[in-house]
Formats: sequence, structure tokens, C-alpha cells
Amino acid sequence: MPVARRWRSVLVSFVILVLVLGAWQAATHSEEAAAVVDPAYAALVGNAAASGGKTPFPGPGEVAAQLWRHLQDPFYDRGPNDKGLGLQLAYSIARVLTGFLCAALVAIPLGFLIGMSRTLYEAFDPFIQVLKPVSPLAWMPLALYTIKDANLSAMFVIFICSIWPMLINTAFGVGSVRQDWLNVARTLEVPRLRTACKVILPAAAPTIMTGMRISIGIAWLVIVAAEMLIGGTGIGYFVWNEWNNLSIANIICAILFIGLIGMALDVLLARAARLVSYRE
Amino acid sequence: MSRPFLEVEGLAKHYPGRDGRPGAPVFENVTFGIERGEFVCVIGHSGCGKTTILNILAGIDAPSAGTIIMDGREVAGPSLDRGVVFQAHALLPWMTALQNVEFGVRSRWPAYTQREVRSHSVRYLEMVGLGHALDKKPAELSGGMKQRVGIARAFAIQPKMLLLDEPFGALDALTRGTIQDELLAIVRATGQTVFMITHDVDEAILLADRILLMSTGPRARIAETVAVDLPRSRTRASLHHEARYYEIRNRLVDFLVDKAAKKEPVAS
Ligand SMILES: Nc1ncnc2c1ncn2[C@@H]1O[C@H](COP(=O)(O)OP(=O)(O)OP(=O)(O)O)[C@@H](O)[C@H]1O
Ligand SMILES: [Mg+2]
Repeated sequence: MPVARRWRSVLVSFVILVLVLGAWQAATHSEEAAAVVDPAYAALVGNAAASGGKTPFPGPGEVAAQLWRHLQDPFYDRGPNDKGLGLQLAYSIARVLTGFLCAALVAIPLGFLIGMSRTLYEAFDPFIQVLKPVSPLAWMPLALYTIKDANLSAMFVIFICSIWPMLINTAFGVGSVRQDWLNVARTLEVPRLRTACKVILPAAAPTIMTGMRISIGIAWLVIVAAEMLIGGTGIGYFVWNEWNNLSIANIICAILFIGLIGMALDVLLARAARLVSYRE
Repeated sequence: MSRPFLEVEGLAKHYPGRDGRPGAPVFENVTFGIERGEFVCVIGHSGCGKTTILNILAGIDAPSAGTIIMDGREVAGPSLDRGVVFQAHALLPWMTALQNVEFGVRSRWPAYTQREVRSHSVRYLEMVGLGHALDKKPAELSGGMKQRVGIARAFAIQPKMLLLDEPFGALDALTRGTIQDELLAIVRATGQTVFMITHDVDEAILLADRILLMSTGPRARIAETVAVDLPRSRTRASLHHEARYYEIRNRLVDFLVDKAAKKEPVAS
């Protein structure tokens, strides 16, 4: 009975949520008594700790209230250090989408070429193998130095980190199209370009979409770190800024939204993937 | 004597062995001809090189030696003159049955309008009894229906010659019988020249005018040719009433069981 099982899993999810919130509530309640300030920690936190009070870790109620405040007015803009959570998320999403789309525009055609030609594949392979494992943030100083624009540099970092999965998956998908299907096109004397559009592209589309899904996931992971480095705007900067303000409740709200948006991006691409999938 | 429509002369194929040097040929010295309008079947044990020969005829594989001349011109590369029905139907799974057939038709007649491409393709799908399944994807079709789409795709480009690689190999006996009858009717009506591979002795006797028997590889060759001199009007139902039927059948079975593996008569 799939319906019954569905309800059962919803119930279990709910129970897990209640347990976690309960544990959280209990933990933050008792913590208030013990306030020991470690000197190294005080140095890190700076003036907030120096001024004496340690901000207690907020309980679920406090975070919920903060969340409610954010939802009331997500897009306000009161200067560089005080922008709505929605606005900050919008900056991050815009950066991720720009970098990701640019990467797709480069990676998919290039992957297509590499996948079609054994020689090109082998020629590009060492570069891909060396560059792929480099943390995208390692490119940040180079980007800042050459582009001299924080915003563009962040997009460049997104571009670099999204390009590899798409490039590799496209090349692999194109390279492993079933020989049968290619033979059909050959015996029907279908021109090369038409074969590429009507046979190779649809055959490789699910693999390419998987690459795009991996890429956007990585891009969303990387943007938070990148924005912590460049500062100014974006959800990553928001998190860092709230850490400096010692507003833990805001950081938890941001974490929740980062998770939700990441999930939404993934669901969106999964939908798109379903459109191009086929059953053999 | 005039030359046959299709002339295969001294065909051989060897793949490189492990050490990089050419290995023993899969087959060699394969020579045969097919007349216009003739239906020729090839029978041989698995792995003797039947598909390879068909792929070479189709132009998607190259021989190591030998020549093929069709209709006075050498076969070098694939061509719309030869329609292929593949061993594993090879339909494009993201296209509907109709789109699969249209894919070839559009390539054959680039000047056709969308309407003409469609009506031409629909006609051939109706011919194989799939008028009701035009918009189904291959995954939604049964094995027999898929094979029919493959046959319609090959017929629709009106090739000079059809190449069929075990088109009914994956089908159950009932479906196989029905589609054999359909194929026979279409071929008789259109006077199509056909080269077909099969494992099935009865299928070969039913369909073929001539049967080529291949010996077992490596170094396979066409060991015998059997003319099927039964009336062309034969059907599945009437076949086993023909007096000559058992004679031909025994000859084929004897060959497959006893002689296929023997290279030359042993001289000792
Ligand atoms: N790429 C290849 N490299 C090496 N050997 C190959 C290659 N392709 C095919 N062969 C060999 O060629 C022989 C003939 O293969 P082929 O597919 O033509 O057989 P077949 O007669 O069609 O068999 P079946 O009846 O099972 O379809 C086989 O023995 C196979 O091992
Ligand atoms: Mg075969």
C-alpha cells in the first residue's frame, strides 16, 4: 500500500523533526548557566566577547521568531551591511545562474567536440584531470588579480567549478552513444549535423543533464564560500556578517534557506532531466 | 551471361589479434551473387561472420579483402540504396514509431514537405499493421511491433535492396509466423531484392529462393548453396505439404549438424 507507506514516512519525518527541535530546546535551555569564555575564542570573536556578555545559543523559538521577521520583509535594503535575506539570496542565485550558464555554454559544445573525436578526447584529458581536482576557491586570487572586480570574480569561480562535471559528462555521453543508433543514421545517409542534433544530442541528453545537476549542486556549495571571501552582497556574505554581529539566529535562518534553495535548484534540473530522458 | 545485380567477390575479414598482427580471418573467399528480385537467406552457426558480412554489404564495416558491386557500382560506404533491418531493431528510443520512419524518409527525399514525409511514412507503418501505434515510443511497443517499425523504416526509403539481420530472432513463434507472412506478402508485391540472415531452417525455406550455407569460423566460407525450388506461392500453412520440403529441410539440417564444422573432406 504505497499511500499508507507515504503517510507513515511523513509521520516519521515529523517525529524526527520534533525530537531534534526538542533536543535543541533542551540543550540551549541548560547552556545559559555555564558561560565560560576561552581566551583564544575571545580573541576570535573580538569586541563582542570583550564587552563581557556571551550571546547564548538561540533556542528554536528565537530562531522561529527571527525567521518570521525575515519572511515579513525579505527584500529590504538599508545600506551595505543590512539587506533582507531574500535580497541576499537573490544576489547569490544570480551569480550562480550566470556562472553556471556561461559554463554550460562552454562545456556542452566543447564536450560535444571532445566526445566525438578520440584524438581531441585524449588531447584534452590531461588538462581536465589536472584542473578538475583544484578547489574552485584557489582560483579566486587569480580572478581578483586579473578581473579586478569582486562580483565578476565570484561568477568566474562558479564558472570554473561548474564546468568540469558538465564537460566530462557531455564528452562521456556523446562518446558512448550506442553504435547501433549511429549506424542507423549512417545507413540512412543522414548528414553529420542532423545526426548530431537528432541522434547524438538526444541520446546523450540524460548524461548531460546529470552533469548539469552535479554542476549546479557544486556551484551552490561554492557560492557561499566565495561570497564570504569577496564580501559585499550575497548569502555567503550575510552569513559572515551575521557571525561578526554574533547573530546566531540569523545564521541558522540563512542555513535553512541555503538548503531550501539548493534543493529547489536540484528539483528544477531533475524536472528538466525527466523531459529529455527516454526508456529503451 | 549477364552479371548479377549484387556481386560479392572474394570477401574476407580479419581482426587484429592480441599481438597487433592480423589474426586468422573470420571468413575468407566469400563469393556469391544475388539476382534482382531474388530473396537470399544465409544460415550458419553463431559467430561465423554473418552479421559482419551484412554490415560490409550495408557499408558500415569494411572488408579486409574482396569487392562488392551492386547494380554496376562498387559498394563503398553506406547508402540509401540498401535498407537495413538490424539484429536488435535499433529504433531510436526518444522518437515515436512514426518519427523513426520519418527520420529515414526525410533523408531519402529532402525536398518533401512535412505533410508528404508524414503521409509516406504513415503508409508504410500501415502496411506492417501499425496504423494504430504511430505515436507510441519504442518502449511502449512489444518486441514484434518494434521489429515491424524497423521493417517499415527500411522499406519506406524504397531501397534497391533490403538487408535483414535475423529480424525475427527475438520473437516468439506465433508473432514470428505472422510477421514472416507479412514480410513475404510485401516482398512478393514489391519485387524487392532481399539478403537475410537467419538461424531458423524453416524460415529460410519459407522465404528464400536460395539459401547460402556458411561453414563455421574461423576461415568460414560459403560451403553450399541450396536452391529452394518450391512454388513462390507457398505459405506457412502449405509448406509442409510440398513434397520437396523435407528433402530441402534434411539437407540444411544435415549440413548444420554434421558438415558445417568440417573444413575439407579429410583425406586419410
Ligand atoms: N571488433 C571485433 N574484434 C574482434 N573480433 C570480432 C569483432 N567483431 C566481431 N568479431 C568476431 O567475428 C566473428 C563474427 O561475428 P558476427 O557478429 O559476424 O557473427 P554472426 O555470424 O552474426 O553471429 P550470430 O549468429 O551470433 O549473430 C565472431 O567470431 C566475433 O568473435
Ligand atoms: Mg549476427
